[in-house]
Amino acid sequence: MAQAATEIHHEAHGHDAHAHHGPQGILKYIWSTDHKMIAMQYLFTGMFMGIVGGFMAYVFRMQLAFPGVSVPLFGVVSPGEYNALVTNHGSIMIFWVAMPVLIAAFGNYLIPLMIGADDMVFPRINRLSFQIFLVSVLMILASLFVSGGGFGGAWTSYPPLSAQSQYNLTSIGATMWLIAVALEFVAFLLGGINFIVTLMNARAPGMKAYDIPVVAWMIVIASILFMLSVGPLIAGAIMLLFDQTIGTGFFDPARGGDPILWQHLFWFFGHPEVYVVLLPAVGIVIDIVATFARKKLFGYKIMIFTAVATGVLSFFVWAHHQFIAGIDPRMANIFTVTTLLISVPIAELLFVMIATLYGGNIKLNTPMLWALSFIAEFLIGGVTGIFLGASGADIYLHDTYFVLAHFHYTFFPIAIIGTFAGFTYWFPKMFGKMMDDRLGKIHFWGTIIPFNMIFIPLFVLGLGGQHRRIYNFQNFPELAAMQPFRVLATVSLIIMLLFQLVFFWNCIKSWRGGAKAGRNPWKANTLEWTTESPPPHGNWPRDAMPRVYRGPYEYSVPGREDDYWPQNLPS
Amino acid sequence: MEKPLATLRSATGVPTGRLAVWWLLASEVVIFGGLLGAYLMFRLGHPEWANAAAVTNTWIGATNTFVLLTSSFTAVLAHQAAEKGDGVKAANYLFMTIGGALLFLIIKSFEWYYEISHGYTITANGFWSFYYTAAGIHAAHVIAGAIIMGFIAVAARKGKELQRVELVGIYWHFVDVVWIFLFPLLYIAK
Repeated sequence: MAQAATEIHHEAHGHDAHAHHGPQGILKYIWSTDHKMIAMQYLFTGMFMGIVGGFMAYVFRMQLAFPGVSVPLFGVVSPGEYNALVTNHGSIMIFWVAMPVLIAAFGNYLIPLMIGADDMVFPRINRLSFQIFLVSVLMILASLFVSGGGFGGAWTSYPPLSAQSQYNLTSIGATMWLIAVALEFVAFLLGGINFIVTLMNARAPGMKAYDIPVVAWMIVIASILFMLSVGPLIAGAIMLLFDQTIGTGFFDPARGGDPILWQHLFWFFGHPEVYVVLLPAVGIVIDIVATFARKKLFGYKIMIFTAVATGVLSFFVWAHHQFIAGIDPRMANIFTVTTLLISVPIAELLFVMIATLYGGNIKLNTPMLWALSFIAEFLIGGVTGIFLGASGADIYLHDTYFVLAHFHYTFFPIAIIGTFAGFTYWFPKMFGKMMDDRLGKIHFWGTIIPFNMIFIPLFVLGLGGQHRRIYNFQNFPELAAMQPFRVLATVSLIIMLLFQLVFFWNCIKSWRGGAKAGRNPWKANTLEWTTESPPPHGNWPRDAMPRVYRGPYEYSVPGREDDYWPQNLPS
Repeated sequence: MEKPLATLRSATGVPTGRLAVWWLLASEVVIFGGLLGAYLMFRLGHPEWANAAAVTNTWIGATNTFVLLTSSFTAVLAHQAAEKGDGVKAANYLFMTIGGALLFLIIKSFEWYYEISHGYTITANGFWSFYYTAAGIHAAHVIAGAIIMGFIAVAARKGKELQRVELVGIYWHFVDVVWIFLFPLLYIAK
């Protein structure tokens, strides 16, 4: 009865809010300051870029498996185009897919809802952040079509290749790539400040630091990491831009510069960046695991402090990317130790997940399958990293497909599995409808099995000495014999991409005709499940904002009839 | 448009705007930190850069340091006036700060004009590349700060958003501190 009354009041308020606040019509979508709308903009832009990046992978994998073939939907791949494709595939998947979806989309959607606020603290800066991001998207897409083609100097953009147009042959593409990346950084700095300050200041009354859901913590810790690591690279990007356009010699050894400096500036950011995208995915997985194991999270505080420790350590490992760049072997020893040390907190994160599952009442629905596969697949990524972190082994494996397979075993669980886990888990909240679980499971298996079939062969190829960024392996007699592995990887990739159609079909079908979700379909504790699905403008009625009485993971508390205990229920 | 409740809350007790400015400065510190760290490593590895550094005019640098420090002082006076709720006085002090910023930029442009016309351009050698890049990024911050202060001063005159006077002041002190690092590194160290 009381609930019905709030519902009616709520509807009235929601309608009122729409009538008086904010832009109307189509402008409501492109000029909105509502955090949920901005989250959707980031989500759909990120997913679109994911399709672009996936298409690029398809094109260059076709070239590797069937050299010289006219690739359907693309044509024959020239060496220059091949370089542009691999470079932009890497850049897009990290900067324009993983970051906007995991940090910006989930951060924007979840942080205000999870802490019981009606919006971010700076809604207009939030909108500005997306608009700058959108310009960077248009910039990187446009760079593919300028004269000379898109930048082809790899996503790490090492000078002198990236700095000198007589080497990279893409003077316009290289500069546009650099500006696009820099704009993307600005967008995420603005967004990050907003996330951090919102979490610090806009929490609901009663919500103490250890009552915040882990995913909100993780996105904010990731934002801090990003903010503290990206600065030197912004400085480096300005220096590289000057090298490219006005002819300074910061990275040119012939003029007293140092190309290794770029590697330091890049990887000082580049390695923490791995954890910037990892932590939100870990947060998503943790929330799902606790909800569907119906069990209190094992070691909430351990989890938070572990994430902070990972972040601190991640600033001292960057030179493990440079073991063969001529750095002092004594330095290499130090960085080997710090790199291997970081596997301790990462293992702790995975053990917390496994310990939460232990003895739980596990429900194997689609989001839970994604979450569990994250644990399994990321474990492979982490364990293979130990070979690369040890400088002795790395000297052999460096720049081979072993490295490539390793980081795809980390980034795929982060960016793809983490996204699908979060998307399928919060879809009922975002769109008010349940997703089709059967189609979801078909999509899950159709993604996970081919994923392993793509990258396990690449480990073998890498151990066999196959180097990265090579246009046609048939030119190398000792590598030509391993062609069946390349064909297997490419065929698996095509199967995996085709199975994504099931996902899009599931989204459309569920959005149009799915069962109504109600407020709390998963019987979860966190605050976003206490409002309507989808939440109205302002999330809750202004006079009925939630209060918080307990932590977010009170599942199956002995003595309670329900196996969950929402954070906003008075004891 | 009504401010969201989120903007009005303060779970930490620190005003949201001040918190945001401090985080903004944290992100700026690492940008300048990366740039100056790279410069220092180069400087240690290239003793011959001292010859180029000897050309810079320490007196002009010192004058600019004085101008910028004075403008920081008027920014403090503006904050003090804003605390007392005197928007007009705060605006006047902010305009004086903007005047300091403009004077700084004018002196800098004469200095650069002199150096460039004598062949010490950004592409001359590594030292001059860092000299123009670091001071140029700093000057961009001076310009941005002056523009933002202009908006805040106009609003403060009408007694609106007086808390922003303090926020831009914090930012202005940071711009000042960056120069305090640039001055010895680029001018005094010969």
